[in-house]
Amino acid sequence: MEVFGLWLAAFFTLGIISFLYKDNPWYKFSEAVFIGISAGYWFVVSFWDNLYAKFYLGVTANDDYMLFVGAVLGAMMILRLAPNIGWISRWPLAFVVGAISGFYLMNYFSSNVMKQVQNSVIPLFSADYGQSMFTESFGTIAGKIVIAAGTFTGLIYFFFSKEHKGAFGGAAKVGIWVIMITFGASFGYTVMSRMSLLIGRMDFLFGQWLGMIK
Amino acid sequence: MNKKELVAVIIIVALSLIFYFGIKQPIVFSSTVSYIITALIGLVLLYIFIRTVGGKIFGRRTVFLFVGIAVVLPFFMTIKQPIKSSPEVKSLYDAVLALKPDSKVLVSFDYDPPSAPELQPMAESFFMLCFERDLKLIIMGLWPQGPQQAEMALQRAFLEPDIAAKNLKYGVDYVNLGFQTGNEFVIQRMGSSFKSMFQTDYYGTPYDDIPLIRNVTNFSNIDFVFNLSAGYPGTVEWVQVAVDRYGVKLGAGNTAVQAPQMYPYLRAGQLVGLLGGLNGAAEFEKATNIIGKGTKFMVSQSFAHVIVIAFIIIGNAAYFLGEKRREENKPNQTGMNNQPGAN
Amino acid sequence: MRREIPLIITAFVGIVFIIQYFIPHYPFNRLNGWFSDWFSIIGACAIWLGALNLMKISADRVYRKKRDWFYSVVIIVSFLMITIIGFAGGPDFRDYGTGFDWLYRLVYTPLSATMFALLAFFVASASYRAFRARNLEATLLLVAAFIIMIGRVPVGDAIGKVLHLPESIMPSQIAGWIMGYVNAAGQRAIMIGIALGIVSTSLRVILGIERAHLGGD
Repeated sequence: MEVFGLWLAAFFTLGIISFLYKDNPWYKFSEAVFIGISAGYWFVVSFWDNLYAKFYLGVTANDDYMLFVGAVLGAMMILRLAPNIGWISRWPLAFVVGAISGFYLMNYFSSNVMKQVQNSVIPLFSADYGQSMFTESFGTIAGKIVIAAGTFTGLIYFFFSKEHKGAFGGAAKVGIWVIMITFGASFGYTVMSRMSLLIGRMDFLFGQWLGMIK
Repeated sequence: MNKKELVAVIIIVALSLIFYFGIKQPIVFSSTVSYIITALIGLVLLYIFIRTVGGKIFGRRTVFLFVGIAVVLPFFMTIKQPIKSSPEVKSLYDAVLALKPDSKVLVSFDYDPPSAPELQPMAESFFMLCFERDLKLIIMGLWPQGPQQAEMALQRAFLEPDIAAKNLKYGVDYVNLGFQTGNEFVIQRMGSSFKSMFQTDYYGTPYDDIPLIRNVTNFSNIDFVFNLSAGYPGTVEWVQVAVDRYGVKLGAGNTAVQAPQMYPYLRAGQLVGLLGGLNGAAEFEKATNIIGKGTKFMVSQSFAHVIVIAFIIIGNAAYFLGEKRREENKPNQTGMNNQPGAN
Repeated sequence: MRREIPLIITAFVGIVFIIQYFIPHYPFNRLNGWFSDWFSIIGACAIWLGALNLMKISADRVYRKKRDWFYSVVIIVSFLMITIIGFAGGPDFRDYGTGFDWLYRLVYTPLSATMFALLAFFVASASYRAFRARNLEATLLLVAAFIIMIGRVPVGDAIGKVLHLPESIMPSQIAGWIMGYVNAAGQRAIMIGIALGIVSTSLRVILGIERAHLGGD
């Protein structure tokens, strides 16, 4: 069964890769199987890990009857499929949006604003407050200047309520340069990531399936 | 399907059967052959560049073919590449080294098999390092497939003779708590009580029956957290909740797509170390002296990067030379347009 | 009341999550626990909604014999196969050796991994066809990408050794400096901007000013 499964995995892998030549029935079949299997996978996992493990066991084993409220809200969500009473799904949606809004408001403000600003306002020419200047390497000092100036000018670039003219425009220009270098770095890493995934699949085809590599 | 395509499919099936049944030993090229192949690829790229400069534009299938060659051929080659660990990888390694034996390390597996080529080598070498240093591992996952990936990494770690000789016991030296739904809310609830989120482990054993964790109430009993992340929920949520609210020490392994976004957290001290992508995995293997797939795949990675850079240069050469030709042709067209009745 | 009740729900839940940040004790920790559990259950039902909707659309395509309806049959059959096997497996459905595990390892994993792996080809092809150094900003992006791609793989330092570069300006050192400082600065600016946007949008949602999530009437 495992050998059959290995060949099946190779069949589907090559089917998806065949798209590089052109759209074809082999690819379309593999894609359709992927869509069906993915939907089914999440359908089953969400049932056993959530509805059974959290709700059913929570009620029967831990007597947590408040979980019924969650179950009712979940059932309301599924009623979205019915055209006449689909509006009832707004209640669980409102709950989800409220929960995420409240949670993210505090977490993002604390971690992504306060802590980041705090780390940008640091001594540039010394290791810390109260220490001598120019004890660190040139690269580190230059880097800290880049962090402070780059963060500040990058934020100025995103301020579109004021026209980017004069000194403000100049700062915005420096900001866009920093952001372009950031995007270039992200692009480089994205290429790295995608290539890694392809390497993994080729390792499966030539290693696990055909046994041509160790 | 036309005749050519049907013949191609038949050839693929035939070759597959021949290789599957015919090849008994892995194929390995010698160093000399490897360097000759590298030189040949370089020459072909140079040829493409010259033809492009001459005005011939190559299609996307040429690019696809070269990407495929760049990734596959290095599997057979013998090329040694020196790997150097970057500061963020070294600081993660040093943070683990600073932990005393019997320290409790929480490892969160927040990825699925598509991201395994980048993150699985990190997981394997991290486990091996922890076991070598006699650290206790508490494994969990915020993605459903995470705990299964953890089991695979554990099996790989136990193949090492040094680690196998330690006779590590489940429930005493390591435990797999399994997957829990709820994303960042799970991390938040763990801040007050691990047991509220994990009443049993991956195998159904009640929390209080597991010696390693029966006295673990929340993050205050954890010495270090290592998160392997491919998206949401992942490192960002661990930083925002576990680090900034509960003060845990966090190291992270991320896919290369999201690694650049973690650098602000690294700079601000919210992360003690970061492994980014396959090269991060290879650098960590170098730091820990545990050679695995991360190092093995770096040759393919190097080739792939060079191919992409080469084609970008070729594409830009074609663009700028095309612009130059358009500029050169312009005066003739302007002259013609000024003639009466030219249009 | 169709719009008022959801607005009240949003406001109440949002405020509880904000307050529990400052008062993580009773009753807010209890409410937080309940809300977190309900969130997970609603999430599971949302996944069911998506899957059932997919089946509804696929069944419609088959019924009306629309173009490529055969593939909709394949979608439905694949879905039913893994669903039946998964439900029949019980709570231990994903243990090694079960039918669900077999489908997961040998069908789902290769398919999803290969779908992602295809992107490698397209990123290379798109870069070749569209990545042009047309102006200063694009050139900066291009040069940064080159330095990172070369500096983050061992071949970068191999090239540096051939060119006899000093250790401090080896491609790996330059790439590391760019990632650790310039990239960190740009990502930080973007991060702060997005976070401020999230804070203001969250406030608008909780206060009922933003109602897009409720849809039209």
